[in-house]
Amino acid sequence: MNSFLSPLHTWTLLDTWVVVIGALSAMACALPGCFLLLRKQSLMGDAISHTSLLGVVAAFFVSHWLVEAKVISPATELSVRHVTMCVGAIVVGVMSAWLTESLQKLGNVESSAALGVVFTSLFALGLLLIRAFADNVHIDLDCVLYGEIVTAPLETVGDSGIPRAVLVNGVVLAINLLLTVLLFKELRLSAFDPALATTMGIPAHLMHYGLMGLTAMTLVAAFESVGSILVIAMLIIPPATAYLLTDRLPRMIVLSLLIAVLSAALGHVSALTLPLLISRSIGIADVQDASSAGMMAAAAGFLFVMAMLLGPKYGLVVRVWHRLLLKLRIAGEDVLGRLYRFEESAPADVSSTAERAAWLRTLTTHSWHSRFATWLLIRRGWLIGSGSDVHLTDIGREAARTLVRSHRLWESFLAKHFVLGEGRFHESAEQVEHFLDPELLAELDHDLDRPGVDPHGRAIPN
Amino acid sequence: MSAASLLAADSMWELFARAVSLRDYNTRVVLAGTTMLGVSGGLVGTFLILRKRALAADVVSHAALPGIALAFLLAERFAPGSGRSTGVLLLGAFVTGLLGMAMTLAIRSWTRIKDDAALAIVLGLFFGVGTALFTVVQKTKTGNAAGLRDFVFGKTASLVAADVWLIGGISVVVIVLCGGVFKELSLLCFDEEFAAARGYRTTMLDGLLTLMAVTVTLIGLQSVGLLLVVALLLIPPTAARFWTNDLKIMSGLAAVIGGVSCAGGVVLSAAFPRLAAGAVIVLTGSGLFLVSLVFGKERGLFPRWRSQRQFEQRIGRSDLLRACYELLEPILGADETTQESLTKFEIDELELSGMRQWPTGRFHGLVATAVREDLLVATSTGGYQLTLRGAEEARDAVRRHRLWEIYLLTQTDLDPRLVDRGADGIEHVLDPDQLAELERRLGSESPLGVPPSPHPIAGVSLN
Repeated sequence: MNSFLSPLHTWTLLDTWVVVIGALSAMACALPGCFLLLRKQSLMGDAISHTSLLGVVAAFFVSHWLVEAKVISPATELSVRHVTMCVGAIVVGVMSAWLTESLQKLGNVESSAALGVVFTSLFALGLLLIRAFADNVHIDLDCVLYGEIVTAPLETVGDSGIPRAVLVNGVVLAINLLLTVLLFKELRLSAFDPALATTMGIPAHLMHYGLMGLTAMTLVAAFESVGSILVIAMLIIPPATAYLLTDRLPRMIVLSLLIAVLSAALGHVSALTLPLLISRSIGIADVQDASSAGMMAAAAGFLFVMAMLLGPKYGLVVRVWHRLLLKLRIAGEDVLGRLYRFEESAPADVSSTAERAAWLRTLTTHSWHSRFATWLLIRRGWLIGSGSDVHLTDIGREAARTLVRSHRLWESFLAKHFVLGEGRFHESAEQVEHFLDPELLAELDHDLDRPGVDPHGRAIPN
Repeated sequence: MSAASLLAADSMWELFARAVSLRDYNTRVVLAGTTMLGVSGGLVGTFLILRKRALAADVVSHAALPGIALAFLLAERFAPGSGRSTGVLLLGAFVTGLLGMAMTLAIRSWTRIKDDAALAIVLGLFFGVGTALFTVVQKTKTGNAAGLRDFVFGKTASLVAADVWLIGGISVVVIVLCGGVFKELSLLCFDEEFAAARGYRTTMLDGLLTLMAVTVTLIGLQSVGLLLVVALLLIPPTAARFWTNDLKIMSGLAAVIGGVSCAGGVVLSAAFPRLAAGAVIVLTGSGLFLVSLVFGKERGLFPRWRSQRQFEQRIGRSDLLRACYELLEPILGADETTQESLTKFEIDELELSGMRQWPTGRFHGLVATAVREDLLVATSTGGYQLTLRGAEEARDAVRRHRLWEIYLLTQTDLDPRLVDRGADGIEHVLDPDQLAELERRLGSESPLGVPPSPHPIAGVSLN
């Protein structure tokens, strides 16, 4: 244990900056991501992250050409390039959204196919240009893909000691936050009800392309420091995780920001510790660390899976648990109901016949949940006895009476209002009896003028 | 030009010629194998597109990355030196690729997250884990990841023959399999419920399709790279869709487009080694896609624009001729509008243009076309006369119009003022059978004759 955590003992300021950069860019991505998710355009972000490569390449050409034409000095090329890169990515991002939409409308191409054609073509074009003009364009493809999050903190702004990546991603995050707050109403409405948004005068096209442009800008700012993998993951995974945890949009946005930060921290820590664990367990030479960007994406995925399993409302565990509880309740109530009916038909002095025992055995043991439900009822004190030799207690009889009352009232109700075969009353009542609450029972009783017997002629207990 | 640059140009030409003429054994093998890959991609992609699942291939390819890295690590652990074997790496890719597909399915069916987001989530997650594992691979002693990196960007031209045999062989298997279950797959794509009712096991068919898609995606990784391999399955069928509505022709065409773009990509990248092969293959496909988008017979932009224009011209022509007839009718008297008599009178241009709300430019265009097509002749006094052909078409147009008007009047409760407009739209799309049926129903006494108008005819000024 101690040995696998040992890399953390050498945690430095550099590691802190890595987490800060990862967290800032992840938060910046999560903001537009929330709206992409709700607008069912998650893959659009993915596509834009590919196509912006073309924008980046074009930006290199432009800044290179500006130097050649002596418009700017080589010294300022780098800072100019950052601006052109941003503009280039936004232009290409909006362009890919526009091309996709045009293909969809003009060519009747299905939307995901249109998206696929556009992003693969533009990305291939970007790749080709990089390779073809490799002498002039110094873009390290690995850098675009994987980022340089570990070395990013080394490039600082002036003497302040603050890494440039922190500043860039911080500014983008601030812009995104500001726009989200200012345009919250418009964004929300056009995400949930585009038709209503249009009738209320919110320009749907402007919102669409604005969001695309914003996404592209966020992506390209984050590329340099964290690479496109982290960006693709952070755009959708934290918002999706938050979406599983809450139904309110403001809460979802805040949660997705928190999850983004958590993923960054968790990702870097596991990048430092997990590889050692893996390489030792596989038995190859010690590996000190893994790509932090990759691990941050993986950590976000891990959090998503956790939310998927353990979420309070939509989590799989909770849903399975609720279903189990319902199953047990129904099985228990069925046992109570049968016992009540048996007491009703057979006088107490002959209640321990062999027939009763055999009959009860099949009822309480025909499935694992009825066995378990019987055991629970005994523990709760509603039944006494053990195994298949059980009797109702007074409290148990009270509960059983309510259930049988529900059953027979419902049968009477069906008989009064619907023309159904006799057998059908029972089938329906067998299901509905478990879901009738006291108010509804009173309503039924009133509607039927307090009937004494059900359609089969049996007394309805009070 | 200096001698050195001449020499360089010469050797470049030499290289180009070698590549195009397929003088190298390796180039020939790569060409054959990659073409097969393109064909199988086009075929399988056709069905994937119809089931609107094309982008699933993108998820599979990204999800393959951790599998490749893990397979390498495990193989190096248990049999050092075997980690670079294509078979082993593909096996790893296959396992995680399927796992990725399974996870999208799980997210889609167990949570409230939609299909597109499920794809994006799995893609991001697996790609992230994959890169993390790749850095681990790179840092092991044997793990110079150069060979593995090719899975990301592809390296078609420098593929070794053994790998290509594997790729080509698997492709052929997929092609044969696809042909074998073609009928079942088409039924699955167009009417799943019907297929199930016919007794086909749709779940198994769907699984088979997924399996084939995963297979093609994975064997395409080395040629095109995982970032672009989805294009192999996506672009050819989407392009083919512009040419036809017939699934058989579409899948055949998709196979051809896939094959051609792969072959073209291989030759081009062999001739210009600096160009990334994967990107060239994809862009060749994109080029074919653009051609199909513009010229595709069934859905292409140009044919659709042309037939739209032809239809509009036909409507304009028949409107113009009907206006001529209706202008002459009061002069001749309703019973005297025979073909010959219609040609005898001159039509005033101003009166004619007043019959309908034509924009001036359109009116002059229509008249010019009609004169060119020998339907109208210009007279020396600046008016027009109908030719025999023009008169015939004019009678036909009026007949269609009035038959429909009368039909509307007798069979519906439509206001008489509205029947003119109703007939205006329908008259152009009535075929001869429908006209005969109309005449029969209305009990018209003179078949092929022009019935009198059921309402007073007026120029636009009176409307």
